[in-house]
Amino acid sequence: MSLRSFALPRRFATAALLTPPLAWFLILYVSSLALMLITSLWSVNGFTGLIQHQLTTSNIQQVTSGAYPSIIWRTVLLAVLVTITDVVIAFPFAYVMARVATPRVAKILLAAVLLPLWASYLAKVFAWISILERGGALNWTFQHLGLPAPNLGFTNGAMWLTFTYIWLPYMIVPVYGALEKIPASLLDASGDLGASSWWTLRHVVLPLALPGLVAGSIFTFSLTLGDFVTPLLVGGANSTLLGNAIYDTLLTGGNLPLAAALALVPIVIMVGYLGFAKRLGAFEAL
Amino acid sequence: MTRKFTHRAAVGVTLSALAMALISLGVPNAGASSGQNPPTASMKPQASIGKGEGKLNLIAWEGYAQPQWVKPFEKATGCQVTTKYAGSSGEMVSLMANGGGGQYDLVSASGDADLRLIYGGDVKPVNIKLIPSWNQFRPFLKAPSFNTINGVHYGVSLQFGPNVLLYSTKAFKSAPTSWSVLYSSKYKGKITVPNNPIQIADAALYLMKTKPSLGITDPYELTQSQFTAAVNLLKAQKPLIAKYWSLASDEINLFTSGTTVAGAAWPYQTITLKAAKIAVADTIPKEGATGWADSWLLATKAPHPNCAYDWMKWASTPTVQAEQAVYFGETPANSLACPLMNKIQAGSCAGYHADQPDSYFKSILFWKTPLSTCDNGKNNCVPYSEWTTAWTQITG
Repeated sequence: MSLRSFALPRRFATAALLTPPLAWFLILYVSSLALMLITSLWSVNGFTGLIQHQLTTSNIQQVTSGAYPSIIWRTVLLAVLVTITDVVIAFPFAYVMARVATPRVAKILLAAVLLPLWASYLAKVFAWISILERGGALNWTFQHLGLPAPNLGFTNGAMWLTFTYIWLPYMIVPVYGALEKIPASLLDASGDLGASSWWTLRHVVLPLALPGLVAGSIFTFSLTLGDFVTPLLVGGANSTLLGNAIYDTLLTGGNLPLAAALALVPIVIMVGYLGFAKRLGAFEAL
Repeated sequence: MTRKFTHRAAVGVTLSALAMALISLGVPNAGASSGQNPPTASMKPQASIGKGEGKLNLIAWEGYAQPQWVKPFEKATGCQVTTKYAGSSGEMVSLMANGGGGQYDLVSASGDADLRLIYGGDVKPVNIKLIPSWNQFRPFLKAPSFNTINGVHYGVSLQFGPNVLLYSTKAFKSAPTSWSVLYSSKYKGKITVPNNPIQIADAALYLMKTKPSLGITDPYELTQSQFTAAVNLLKAQKPLIAKYWSLASDEINLFTSGTTVAGAAWPYQTITLKAAKIAVADTIPKEGATGWADSWLLATKAPHPNCAYDWMKWASTPTVQAEQAVYFGETPANSLACPLMNKIQAGSCAGYHADQPDSYFKSILFWKTPLSTCDNGKNNCVPYSEWTTAWTQITG
């Protein structure tokens, strides 16, 4: 009897607690995505610039023709390159933090990784402009070493470096979390059973760190996929990414339907990527 | 009396029927030559400026609502000014959707957005008689085709400027005389042009003078074949480009660091670079130049029309025009602003060519929205929406 009388208010409480976040998710997130999907099927009147609410697949067709496939390809390729580079840099760094350094040093290293996240994104991008441009710090250093100037400013290489730098903490932190969780006994057991340290790294550490690596790669990949500020500032003449194409279509061209159709591309790519990441068990490390 | 009336009525009916027949015959030519009538063309503008509503909401380019001339305006009229800054012409058009949405009163739109706003019905006719300083405007800015249609004013001109050829005086011993330097492989990787679809008009202007066989008469009204030629020229130019600049500061950095030696620019960049002792100069080459001209346009659903008229009056006066010109780095529409500019910053009047006669600006073709209707009465011009997609194809 007393249990029954308690059950109802408790169910109410659960419902009351869940409703606001669920409503937020459904109204603001899911429905806005649905709206975008519908918008991508409309068109713009070339004369007045007003949206015509008639269904057409011309925007979707446009996205798959002309310059867009090469823009999409460039964006995905860059996102993959940035992710791989970040993995290569972050893994040894996180390994030292988690397993080699003393707790004190590990804390200092973690602070060093996280502190740049507090600095303005724009300030960091501008810093890279001053490093890479002609007459910048990089060219200056090369010239004083008697080497030819790399002239990396305003190229796709500059974008690659800048993205790799800016998203690096997003890779280090989940990898560090995954490596820290590996019990020392597993490594000892592997060594006691005669495995070389290389073998232990490949067959014990790496598989256990994989969810962390995949979780980090979701950040680096999706952040690169959607960025439009870095290409605008450090990119060159061949640096239009998907984000820029969407920005220009919407804000310069005023073509909301085409911009919506373009925005579906990163969503489709990310859904595929997340499905792949889920299979690798990435969400256990988040 | 009755007879007379009937007779008159009959004549009237016949005449109006005749007129209708004539109009319907004439529409394809006469109507289209000046464009079809905008949706708000028949709205009668107010005859006088009443008491201010106490508020004014502007959409403006950053720099058009500085405290130095907004504060005195607020004090004089009691209209409290709120400004929403827009980053691009496209953003202005979307903010002004649905006649300003009953929220915004005025927008400081550029010529590439004006016709989109006018034909979208987002702005309405302005009674120019209520703006006394309009009489002091340069004649070519009193009723320019980008803000005046069939004699109806939809906006009050504000400021303008040419798109000049900026060059490094180290790379060029004498001033280049043609835009051809921006298409020459001699300067491969050292060229910059704006990241803006209206840049297609720059290529069209160059082709207009160098390839007369294409028959381009107006760089903003291109048939499909003319448009394709301009786009192909820009595609060929792409390998020469170091960067398509988006912000004026981008281009200033490119010239400061020596990354680029030639580019399309605004006088503002030249003046800023020269002030920083960078060896640059600018010129209007022999082919002429494109240019921009901004106007205040009145929102169809402006909630504070009296304050809006007060503001247009205020912004057109020589003093405010001079302040804006020097702050923004451009040329004022009001011809009396020149001496006042020099008072604010010595030499600025000549620096922004505000001392030049109208004939000097004849070689400048001002931005206007490309529409599918051409001035020659045909309906085969490439509209702006295709300009933007083509621009993505060029730069992408």
